[in-house]
Amino acid sequence: MNRDLTTAQAAGLISCHSCHLLCQRTQRSADKICPRCGAALHDRKPNSIARTWALVLAAFIFYIPANVLPITTVISLGKAQSDTIMSGVIYFIHSGMWPIALVIFLASVFIPLLKLLILIFLLISVQRKSTWRQQDRTRLYRITEIIGRWSMVDIFVVTILVALVHLGGLATIHAGPGAVFFGAVVVITMFAAMSFDPRLIWDTEEAIYE
Amino acid sequence: MDSFIACHECDVIHRIKPLPAREAAHCIRCGAVLYRHKPNSLERTLAFAFAGLILFILANSFPFLGLKIGSQVRETTLITGIYELYVQGMQLIAILVLLTTVLVPFTQMLCLLYILLPLKFHRLPKELPRVFRFVNRVGPWGMMEVFMIGILVSLVKLAGMAKIIPGISLFSFLALIFVLAAMIVSLDSHLVWHIWGENQ
Repeated sequence: MNRDLTTAQAAGLISCHSCHLLCQRTQRSADKICPRCGAALHDRKPNSIARTWALVLAAFIFYIPANVLPITTVISLGKAQSDTIMSGVIYFIHSGMWPIALVIFLASVFIPLLKLLILIFLLISVQRKSTWRQQDRTRLYRITEIIGRWSMVDIFVVTILVALVHLGGLATIHAGPGAVFFGAVVVITMFAAMSFDPRLIWDTEEAIYE
Repeated sequence: MDSFIACHECDVIHRIKPLPAREAAHCIRCGAVLYRHKPNSLERTLAFAFAGLILFILANSFPFLGLKIGSQVRETTLITGIYELYVQGMQLIAILVLLTTVLVPFTQMLCLLYILLPLKFHRLPKELPRVFRFVNRVGPWGMMEVFMIGILVSLVKLAGMAKIIPGISLFSFLALIFVLAAMIVSLDSHLVWHIWGENQ
């Protein structure tokens, strides 16, 4: 990699995470606030690795009940039928609506899992101070940040179904406990992606050139 | 140090240079977007925020979807749907949906109006840094566009069960998504901070 590159950290500067002003790094604690926008200054996101690990593990734990417990229960003519995320996907495949099956599978099963696996991979590679394909790993991080929100689709579908299908004795739909866990997975993985600091991927570089 | 910027993804320092129209500056090491040239950022963002506010009020005042089985018709607005979840004991989910589809987009538009309208007329709004930091922090939690996909999936799910009546506000929702996206794209936060820095 290019030797002329200087990072803010190596130059004794801190980039404000809020307004991107480059500030001098000093020892006095009064100066740990950005002079322009007043945000707290950090060299790197505080405790990035520990926080991200904790959130990733929490999300993994919640991922299990989210997929095992029903997210909706349809009560039709006195009969109750519960659906998990996967059984909903299978139902759509059987009824020939595979594009919808694909959307739900991608948004609710594949993306959360992919996101967690990518974060684990990034965490481990950062902890091992790997210099392997740093640009691609930064790109992977960018992807996890963008795709996470799309997992919320199923939560919104449940909201709409619950609101609409409310036909007295004929049929009603209730949200199941799986929905709560699933919502938790989406929120926690979003926090996990936010707490990871991609600059850590590159911090190994300075160690080599300094 | 206003003429330099550090890449927020790999920390390399770059000198800020003026860009040709509508181009973006990328980090030479990791390729992240450093900043973009956004023409008439203040005016455009303001226009989209106003349009968004009107669409938002429309979208939440009328039902977006109706269901007809036999002679029974049931319509729902976003708020009644959320209320229904809350009553069923799904308070956490109800709050999550309320935040991501109603409160966050709404406060985002209001706060941007609060900041940009005075800036447009060369005044500084009170507490600008705090309000602007707040907007940037809640931004990722606004999920209108994901909600739209949710509507589409529900449509297909219900299509076999009953007759679906698209509500008046469905179209305002659709327009709102594009307007919100345009609002966020046209906002130049470097410009806002720069103006604030110059006037201190």
